[in-house]
Amino acid sequence: MEVAGIPEVYSSRELNLAEGAEIERLRCTATQPVPEPSEWLDEGDIEKNILLTTVERMIHWGRHYSTWPVNFGLACCAFEMISLAVSRFDISRFGMELLRASPRQADLMIVAGTVTWKMAPAVRRLYDQMPEPKWVLAMGVCAISGGTFRESYSVVPGVNCIIPVDVYVPGCPPRPEALMYGLMQIHDKITSADTTKDLKLPRLGGARQR
Amino acid sequence: MEATETRTEPFVINLGPHHPSTHGVFRMRVTFDGEVVVDVEPMFGYLHRGIEKLAEGRTYTQIIPLTDRLDYLASMTNNWGYVMAVEKLAGVPVPERAEYLRVIVGEMMRISSHLLATGFLINELGAFFTPLMYMYREREKILDLFDMLCGQRLTYNYMRVGGVSHDPPPEFWPAVKRFVREMPGYIDEYEGLVTTNEIVLARTKDVGVLSKELAINASASGPFLRATGVDWDLRRDDTYSIYDRFKFDIPVGTNGDVFDRYMCRIQEMRQCCRIIEQALQQIPRGEFRARLPHLVRPPAGEVYGHIEAPRGELGFYLVSDNSIAPYRFHVRPSTMINLTTLRDLTIGWKLADLIVIFGSIDVVLGEIDR
Amino acid sequence: MTVALVGTGVAEAVSKSIPGSILASDEKTVVVSADKLYPAAEFLKTSEFAFDYLANLTSADYLDYFEVVYHLVSLKKNHSLVLKTRIYGREAPAVASVVPLWRGAELQEREVFDLMGISFEGHPNLKRILLWDGFPGHPLRRDYL
Ligand code: SF4
Repeated sequence: MEVAGIPEVYSSRELNLAEGAEIERLRCTATQPVPEPSEWLDEGDIEKNILLTTVERMIHWGRHYSTWPVNFGLACCAFEMISLAVSRFDISRFGMELLRASPRQADLMIVAGTVTWKMAPAVRRLYDQMPEPKWVLAMGVCAISGGTFRESYSVVPGVNCIIPVDVYVPGCPPRPEALMYGLMQIHDKITSADTTKDLKLPRLGGARQR
Repeated sequence: MEATETRTEPFVINLGPHHPSTHGVFRMRVTFDGEVVVDVEPMFGYLHRGIEKLAEGRTYTQIIPLTDRLDYLASMTNNWGYVMAVEKLAGVPVPERAEYLRVIVGEMMRISSHLLATGFLINELGAFFTPLMYMYREREKILDLFDMLCGQRLTYNYMRVGGVSHDPPPEFWPAVKRFVREMPGYIDEYEGLVTTNEIVLARTKDVGVLSKELAINASASGPFLRATGVDWDLRRDDTYSIYDRFKFDIPVGTNGDVFDRYMCRIQEMRQCCRIIEQALQQIPRGEFRARLPHLVRPPAGEVYGHIEAPRGELGFYLVSDNSIAPYRFHVRPSTMINLTTLRDLTIGWKLADLIVIFGSIDVVLGEIDR
Repeated sequence: MTVALVGTGVAEAVSKSIPGSILASDEKTVVVSADKLYPAAEFLKTSEFAFDYLANLTSADYLDYFEVVYHLVSLKKNHSLVLKTRIYGREAPAVASVVPLWRGAELQEREVFDLMGISFEGHPNLKRILLWDGFPGHPLRRDYL
């Protein structure tokens, strides 16, 4: 069929011929019934299509995409943490947008700022209130070692005096990009954790029987 | 029917030190009767880092980074207040260009600080995080400008005794001009979103009213004081630096409620743009820092230097014994003194209003606890 | 522009109304004796000086005596003055509180009490503010550590 203004590429006749040829080809090749899948699908293909993993690794994989930090701003560094959470840097991209103040649903504690001795019991209690498993990221030199205020009479010389720390992000304050890198390190740590590495598990027998 | 009065047992709640609405690690011990606040006791010190003591062991230049960490949302003005006090003490002249640079960055800092103040206030009114995203959009622009100046986003350490640390790079000027041109439009946008919003009006009008007399008696300062109708701004009334060369208005409230504080901040941002525009036109070429010996050694004596920081009067009291470190270093914490009246403002209001009133005072814990 | 009043002139007026209160005075400051601090401050607030605004309150330790410093401003007349008082003795130094005159002193006096160990008589709620109860010593004293 010809439409005004559009040059004809294939005429109707050509299309009809092509369709006829296709039908003829199928009719000539389909002479035998197709065998059942179990007869022609060999075992190697099945193995290539099934993914076996441990439950643990599966859970770690899921977990590192939803690390929820507890919103724990102590001092100046807190504002770089908030910068990371809002429009420009946006940690939602890593499944972490739920910055909430309650430690009860959190897996990650970002200690952002100077920890003073007066605040230390509260830090410790919040850490204890977080459910296992939990990770701690010390942000800024104050949280790492006391930083500028190390020699002061009221500053804790490093938050690792009170709680265990997994990742340290130096800087005063660290730029949001640096904090993001620290979060990536936490993710690596979560996914690479392997509790059964050194365990001798009994082998399950008869796996290869048909 | 005779009305019977129902009373509940007083109920004490600890708000903080870890609470999302306390802007850091502030703590209030609040006593409630039902949902009504009957007593508030502010508790400080969860960020007390001993800056005043540390400063006694550092040289005058080494103290500048410490001042950054006081009011960390307005580091530039902290630097400025401190170096101005030292300059007053040591009698150091400041080059013209440095004065203009200080005014430009100081006013940008004020915009950025007020942006956060209003953003968090609206956050506390219940609009969780969305308005803050808008405010942060512009704040990041200012931070980028500061990043060009001194390579930091939060703790700048930009001012020096007798000037500033660097002359801005050439790409700074078009960027700041563009920012000043665009900013009033953004402020209009916020106003369109917030100022006439019915919920905002209902929650802020006539809430947390502070009277003129009490504000003066309690040494309030900054937008908190001006919202009550007291026309007092150190930039005009105790002119420092070169503020006498600019034309600007000082927004004053009438009622002293939360809404007036919000309005004062919004209007002040517009005035900041005006000041920066004029400064950009007038800025001369020349030295950006006076030639000084490496160590500042002011003569024995004492000085009280104060400036109008975004949150109020920021003062530095320095005593020198003619050595390279101050004998005594004291910071007048503007927001801590503003909190003196917290109890008067909040008694009789509900819990939700307490959060809003506290948010409207706009505190920064680094400065309160030092 | 805030005018800094000349200390000697103010000192004359103060000593006229409260005899024996002035310890020293110079260009910028007026030093009153600790026991006459409250009447002197009251005079400065209510007389023609009209110091209605207490800008800053702090203290300094000069080892033989403590100095409490009041920076007063009059918003009405736009002038300012530095008022000081000296307290001798390192054991339990005390001075009258100015909270009844200026409420702005409330938290600042608590801070001085906490960090310098000067107690203010008549303060409504004098207790440690920045440090915790049980902290040994007062860190801003020169002989701390
Ligand atoms: S590391 Fe620097 S920016 Fe962070 S809390 Fe400490 S002083 Fe502030």
